[in-house]
Amino acid sequence: MQLAVWTYEGPPHVGAMRVATAMTDVHFVMHAPQGDTYADLLFTMIERRNKRPPVTYTTFEARDLGSDTAEIFKDSVRDAYERFKPGALLIGESCTAELLQDNPSGLAKGLNLPVPTVGVDLPAYQRKEHWGASETFYQLVRHLARRDLQKLSADTGRPSCNLLGPTALGFRHRDDVKELAKLMEDFGIDVNIVAPLNCSAAELATVGQADFNIVLYPEVAETAARWLEREFGQPFTKTVPLGITGTRALVREVSDIVGRELSEDDIACNMPWWSRSIDSTYLTDKRVFVFGEGYRAAAAAKVASSELGFQVVGLGCYNREGARAVRETAKELGIEPLITDDYLAVEEALSEVQPELVLGTQMERHIAKRLGLPCTVISSPVHVQDFPAGYSPQYGPEGANQLFDTWVHPLVMGLEEHLLGMFREDFEFNDDAGASHLGGHGARPQQAAASEIVANPQPTNHETATVSGEPESADFTWEADAEKELKKIPFFVRGKARRNTERYAVQHNVAQITVETLYEAKAHYGR
Amino acid sequence: MSTTLISSPPAGRDILRERGQREVFCGLTGIVWLHRSIQDAFFLIVGSRTCAHLMQSAAGVMIFAEPRFATAILEDKDLAGLADPNDELDKTVDRLLARRPDIKLLFLVGSCPSEVIKLDLSKAATRLSARHNPNVRVLSYSGSGIETTFTQGEDACLASMVEGLATGTKPAASLLVVGALADVVRDQFERLLTKIGIPDVQFLPPKNASEMPNIDGDTQYILAQPFLRDTSLALEKRGAQHIAASYPLGVDGTTAWLRAAAQAFDIHDSQVNSVTELPAARGRKALERYRDKLKDKTVFFFPDSQLEIPLARFLTKEVGMTALEVGTPYLHKDYLADDLTQLSAEVVISEGQDVEKQLDRCREAKPDITVCGLGLANPLEDEGFTTKWSIELIFTPIQGYDQAGDLAELFARPLHRKTRLAV
Repeated sequence: MQLAVWTYEGPPHVGAMRVATAMTDVHFVMHAPQGDTYADLLFTMIERRNKRPPVTYTTFEARDLGSDTAEIFKDSVRDAYERFKPGALLIGESCTAELLQDNPSGLAKGLNLPVPTVGVDLPAYQRKEHWGASETFYQLVRHLARRDLQKLSADTGRPSCNLLGPTALGFRHRDDVKELAKLMEDFGIDVNIVAPLNCSAAELATVGQADFNIVLYPEVAETAARWLEREFGQPFTKTVPLGITGTRALVREVSDIVGRELSEDDIACNMPWWSRSIDSTYLTDKRVFVFGEGYRAAAAAKVASSELGFQVVGLGCYNREGARAVRETAKELGIEPLITDDYLAVEEALSEVQPELVLGTQMERHIAKRLGLPCTVISSPVHVQDFPAGYSPQYGPEGANQLFDTWVHPLVMGLEEHLLGMFREDFEFNDDAGASHLGGHGARPQQAAASEIVANPQPTNHETATVSGEPESADFTWEADAEKELKKIPFFVRGKARRNTERYAVQHNVAQITVETLYEAKAHYGR
Repeated sequence: MSTTLISSPPAGRDILRERGQREVFCGLTGIVWLHRSIQDAFFLIVGSRTCAHLMQSAAGVMIFAEPRFATAILEDKDLAGLADPNDELDKTVDRLLARRPDIKLLFLVGSCPSEVIKLDLSKAATRLSARHNPNVRVLSYSGSGIETTFTQGEDACLASMVEGLATGTKPAASLLVVGALADVVRDQFERLLTKIGIPDVQFLPPKNASEMPNIDGDTQYILAQPFLRDTSLALEKRGAQHIAASYPLGVDGTTAWLRAAAQAFDIHDSQVNSVTELPAARGRKALERYRDKLKDKTVFFFPDSQLEIPLARFLTKEVGMTALEVGTPYLHKDYLADDLTQLSAEVVISEGQDVEKQLDRCREAKPDITVCGLGLANPLEDEGFTTKWSIELIFTPIQGYDQAGDLAELFARPLHRKTRLAV
């Protein structure tokens, strides 16, 4: 039994829904009780989809248990087929139906409907959303892929690829696909299909026509790509094209696959100059904490470090499938990876390192808000704000531009940072007013709460207190002068300074923290 | 999948009963407002990742800060018999209570998986109550989708509290107002009922576990929400007497509700009139602003909260709308008689749901405004329908005189927006 307050991932059947909903004519019949239809609103509200997800729920009740849940299921499949006439039927079950052991896949196949019927096992008590999406996509590819087709390139003389992995409810998948398709087009490479997003069952069947696969989101498409490599001889790319280095690395990979030199110089992107220009000097070694889906988080940490010059002080992910990528990158960056789906553990880690910027999910956005830290969302789980009206990819050259803009803007800007450091008690222009471009006073009450959490050995937040175990008892006190001096340190580094000073006091058996202790600690730890 | 037309003798009205896919929440969703309603209570769902994900999706981010609910997620080892789910539950509760010493009342909430594996949560609650006595009382109820629809979760929760209510010590008869209400509404009702002259007014649920109402044979209770059948039966079992009334929506609904309470205490109508005259006039004035916008507009209700019948009464009787179909997940006629008789015979009343068929009927009926859940709203808007999300009717203070205008505005806003936009 696992105690969960909030979860990063839904159950595996939600992953299956993301794949079915992404496609244009796959209908998903799910054996499920009343109430599981809540998942529809993820798509209609968060993503603002104008169609209901193509899902039929059998809606069995307590009185049906043990008698005729299997009959209800069969009726639902027949009705759904008659009403929707889909290109393919996807069959699965949610957590409760799994306990009934009705074998929906077998029952559906027994109906012999004149449509491809693909069953998928979604073990709800072992697996989660991304696994469910990956398994569903793999099963669809396996069952639908035709083996009687020629490679497109044999006709056209141009290499062709598939873009695999984008789903409904994906973090900027809609725009990443456009960006990557354009990039391939610029290099004279045809895109055979994009799947599962906006793909029909018949189109998916032609997946084998391409020469190779570009795996945009390994958490969804890697299993299918491995199978396609084995069965259809299609190599697939391993690079996540995040940032300009990621984009260039992908182009190099594609270059190797198609056996043709593709010039990286042809990639038009503002980001490299924006980062090299001297205005960005102040970004150097800004301490960032990165958390999210594993492949995304690992790629983001590399971009943060090598493309923006940040110092990555925390890196982690919530999905086991992405843990390897995170571990490898953390090792390169010389930090300990944090692999957990316990949001309280993430909160604890975040308040421990007091970064200057958080790159995370919607969960970290809330934690950061509470701690008064700037944050940009870089990964699922998604929120309605992660579906902007405008074009806003994360991948490819334009994605790199977007990363620069959205990661840098939450920070206090260079010159402002200096002035805040020099004149700390100006009655108008002080850090109590918050960053000038971020709406000034808005941020202050949260900031006060944040320093309280760090300062108070009896944390006000119950959740934080318990997970970390007993809070360390305070063997020191702050002198009033030292407290006052601490306030002169700009707010965006004050939490860190307080924590360093206290750690220094504990390590050096200092009972009274004075102004001197504060500066001793500063000299000891550096910035 | 199945549709039956049943003629019900007392009202002489046909009810369309349907069975099929239901586009509704399960009873767990009630926790989203209940955990704020009782301030020292905590709700521990014993369920699956789906339950946790539902709560997160339904609750959205508005209450992210300090939820007083959580899910004990069943894992493979609990199901395969490798771990005793009862031991696991005890450990989980110990951890939780150590972390949240402010909790005085803990609800173990059953879910679909816990019901299917027959985990006996009432036994667990008794065991845990003894273990954590006297600091924490532990109760249990089921919010599972196989047994409860949306607001039935609140019904089950309140019903679970009734058995433990203490017997009244006061000599005077008391009135118990039953059903979660927004703080502002509850305070207004308390003021009005006291002014009318009702000696002792209590509320279920209480604001705190320490303010549990007393109950005995002299207690009369009135429902503030229409979905409380099980709670009502539990109260009757304790000897309390039900005051039948329409529900306090709109001006007339509120007056009728207050009047029913007053009559039960032998308070003269003139006293009710003098207390309600001013606020009722204020409510009518507020309604007037929206009457032109809403008059003669047609409305179609998809089933959601069981508030549909009283809402249809308000919209047709107080602002002149025309109801086409009123869908409700369950129709408990005994508790809706006053509102039901005020709906015209032409209104189709449907109970249960086969969502595809109901969508077909809605498209056929072409209502001016469709009241439906969040899963249906955007798709219907895209088809050209104007919709009102039903969940907002649960999360907004809508009862009482001073909220009558707000209630009408909730329906007027989507129509107004449609005329405003040029995109």
